[in-house]
Amino acid sequence: MDFNFTEEQNMIRDSLSRLIREQYDFDTRRKVVESEAGWRPEMWAQFAELGLLMAPFSEEDGGLGGGPIDAMVVMEEFGKGLVVEPYVPSVVCGGGFLKRGTDAQKEEYLSGIMSGENIFAFAYAEPRGRYNLADLETTAKKDGAGFVLNGHKAVVIGAPWATHFVVTARTSGDRRDSNGVSVFVVAKDAQGVSTRDYPTVDGRRASEVYFENVAVGAEAVIGEVDNGLPLIETVTDEAIAAICAEACGAMKVAHAMTVEYSRQRKQFGVPIGKFQVLQHRMVDMFMEHEQSISMTYMATLKLDEDEVTRKKAASAAKVRIGQAGRFIGQEAVQIHGGMGMTDELAVGHYFKRLTMIDSEFGNIDHHLKRYTGLTEMELPAAAE
Amino acid sequence: MNLDFSPEEIAFRNEVREFIRENYPKELEGIGSREDLTREEFLAWHKVLGKKGWSTPAWPEKYGGTGWTSTQRYIWSEENARVDALMPLPFGVSMVAPVIYTFGNEEQKARHLPGIRSGEVWWCQGYSEPGAGSDLASLKTTAVRDGDHYVLNGQKTWTTLAQHADWGFFLCRTDPTAKKPQEGISFILVDMNTPGIEVKPIKLIDGTHEVNETWLTDVRVPVENLVGTENEGWTYAKFLLAHERSGIAGVARSKRGVERLRSIASEELVDGQPLLQSQDFARKISQLEIDLTALEFTELRTLASEAAGKGPGPESSILKVKGTEIQQRLTELTLEAVGNYGAPYGYGMENTGNDGFGVGPDHANFAAETYFNMRKTSIYGGSNEIQRNIISKMILGL
Repeated sequence: MDFNFTEEQNMIRDSLSRLIREQYDFDTRRKVVESEAGWRPEMWAQFAELGLLMAPFSEEDGGLGGGPIDAMVVMEEFGKGLVVEPYVPSVVCGGGFLKRGTDAQKEEYLSGIMSGENIFAFAYAEPRGRYNLADLETTAKKDGAGFVLNGHKAVVIGAPWATHFVVTARTSGDRRDSNGVSVFVVAKDAQGVSTRDYPTVDGRRASEVYFENVAVGAEAVIGEVDNGLPLIETVTDEAIAAICAEACGAMKVAHAMTVEYSRQRKQFGVPIGKFQVLQHRMVDMFMEHEQSISMTYMATLKLDEDEVTRKKAASAAKVRIGQAGRFIGQEAVQIHGGMGMTDELAVGHYFKRLTMIDSEFGNIDHHLKRYTGLTEMELPAAAE
Repeated sequence: MNLDFSPEEIAFRNEVREFIRENYPKELEGIGSREDLTREEFLAWHKVLGKKGWSTPAWPEKYGGTGWTSTQRYIWSEENARVDALMPLPFGVSMVAPVIYTFGNEEQKARHLPGIRSGEVWWCQGYSEPGAGSDLASLKTTAVRDGDHYVLNGQKTWTTLAQHADWGFFLCRTDPTAKKPQEGISFILVDMNTPGIEVKPIKLIDGTHEVNETWLTDVRVPVENLVGTENEGWTYAKFLLAHERSGIAGVARSKRGVERLRSIASEELVDGQPLLQSQDFARKISQLEIDLTALEFTELRTLASEAAGKGPGPESSILKVKGTEIQQRLTELTLEAVGNYGAPYGYGMENTGNDGFGVGPDHANFAAETYFNMRKTSIYGGSNEIQRNIISKMILGL
C-alpha cells in the first residue's frame, strides 16, 4: 500500500495550481461565466499545453502514461478553482470511452481529445430516466450497416462547447433492460442533431440534445452492440471518482474561506470564530472533508479492481461525498451569514457546485441503493 | 499510489493468520460478546504474543517493537479482528509505555517495559477525578515531597479495571502555587499494592464492574517513580492521550461487527422475511459500512504519514471521534436488529438475577448491554467535544 504521489503528479498539481491562481481568480471566473461563450477556449489550450488532457492516457495511446490518479490530481485543483471547462465530459468520459474503442476510433477521436481539438460531451441522461443508465427512450435502429438515432438527451454538460457526443441509446430490448444498450459517437454537426443551450446554476453550460433520424455508420459504435451497459458503468464510475476529487477541492476552499471569515467577522465584540458552537461546526466540516479525501483515494484506487468492488467503491464514495458536500456547503453559507447569500462572495458558488456534484451521475439515495444491491449480490460468497 | 500488498506482505499475512490459528487460546473463542472477563482471560492472548514478540508492534524496535510497516500493522489488526481476538489492553502497551520509553529514565525503562510486553504486569490509569473530567488540568490529587518519597492524597475515578491492576500511572499536583492549572502537575508511577490505596467498584448501566473509584490516603511513593521532570507532567499526559487516540478507531473490529450485524439481520425475521432484506434496515447497514470505509482510509492515510516520520498529531482526534461514533452506531443497530430479545438482562452473568437459562437466540445476548456500555466511548479518552476543541485549536487555529 502506498499513498504517495509520483513526481509527475506533484508537478501537474503545482503547475495547475499556479495557473489557476494566476489566471482563474474568482472575479475573472465570474466574468467568463457571465460572458456569451461561458468558457475560455484559450484556457483549454493552456490545459492542453500543460499536458492535462493527455495525462490520464497510456503512452501507447499517445498519452503521458498516467491514469485515474492523475485525473484525480487535476480535478482536485479544478474543484479549488471552480473551473468550468469540460474536463470530465471530454477527457474523463469522452476519453474514457474512446480509449476502449477500436484503433480506428482512437486515431480519429482520441488524439484530438488529448490535443484539445475535439471536445466531447456525454449524452446519457434522459428527461424520464433519472439516474438509471439503462432507462433509455433514445433508440438506435439498425439501418443497413449503420444505425439511425432518435431521442432526447437531458442536461448534457458541456454540450454547447462540444464538437462530438458520446450517446447512449437502446438498440434492443425493453426500456430499462440492462441488455440492449449501445454506445455511439456522434459529431455535433451531424444531420439531425439539434441542441437547446442554457447555463447551469453552478456556472457551467449544458444543452438538451435532440436526435432526429441521425444516421451513423457501424464504425460509430463504441464497444459491443447491445452490450454497452458494462462499459457505460465503467466510464461513469471513473467520472464519479473524478468529480469526487473535484468536490474535495471545492470543500477545501469552502472550509478554508469559512474559517478565515470567522476570524475576521466580529459580533458581540469578538471574532465569531471564538464561539465554540461555530468552532465545532467548522471541525465537523474539516472531518467531513478529510473523510471525503479518503473516499476519493479509495474509489480512485479501486477503479481497476473487479467489477463489484469497483462499483461498490464508486457508490460508497459518491454517497459519502454527496453528504459531506451538502454539509460543508450549507454550513459554509450559514457561518458566513448574510454575506454567504451574496453572489459577490465566492463561498456561495462553492456551495452551488458542491450541491450539483451530488446529483451528477446519481445522488446519495441512488448510490446507497446501488451499494446495497451490490452487497446483497456478494452475500452468498461471504457466507462460505 | 496503490492498494496492493507486495508478495512479502502477502507472506506476512499468511504467517500471521497461521500463527493466530495455531496459538489463539481455545478458551477465548467466542468470548468477544461476554462482558465479565477474568484477569486470566484478559491476559491470555497478550501473554502468548509477549512470548512471540508481537505484543507491542508500535513500540520502537529497541524497546521490543516489531518494526512493522504501517501496512503490516494494518494486516495485523485485520487478522486479529477476523477471529475477534481479545487484544492486549491499552493501559500498559499503548498508554504508559510510550511515556516511559519517551520521557522515562533508563532504570524505569528496564524495570517496567518488560512486564508490559509480556503481559505479566497490569497497569491502570489515574487521570480523571470527580471534579476533573474534561477539565483534566483542574485535578486536585496532591503529591507532596517527603524525603525520598512523594506522599499522595486524593481521589481518582473511572479507573478502568483497577481491580486487576499491579501498577498505575497517576497525575498529581506537585506545585499548588503554579500560575496555570496545567503547570505543577507530575506524572508518577504507583505500585497499586502500596498501603493507603483503596479501589472501590462503580457499577455501570450495563451491569458491569469495569471502572472504579481509587482513593489515595497518605500513599508513599519513592521519588524514583517520577517520570521525566517534576511539574512537567501535563506534557506527558497530552502525549499519552494522542497515543491513546491513534489506536482508538477500532476499524478492523468494527468491520467484523458489521459482518456480525449482517448475519444477525439475515436470521431475524420481519413478516417472515429476513430483516436484511428490508430496504430500510439494509440501507442503514450500508451507510454504516460506507462511513466505516471512510474511517478506514482516513486511518490508513494517518498510518502512512506516521510511517513517514510524523508522530500521532491532532489528526488522530478525527479517528477518535469517527471511530467511536461508528462503534456506537454498530451496537445501536445490533440492538435494533435483535428486537424483543434485547430485553433479557445479563445472561449468565453474576448478580443480575438471570440464572443463565438461555432465552432467545445466542446472538441477542448482551446486545443491549453492549449498546449501553459503548456510550462510554464518546466520553472517554477526551470526550468527542474535547476532540473537537483540539482540532479547532491545533488544526484550524481558532
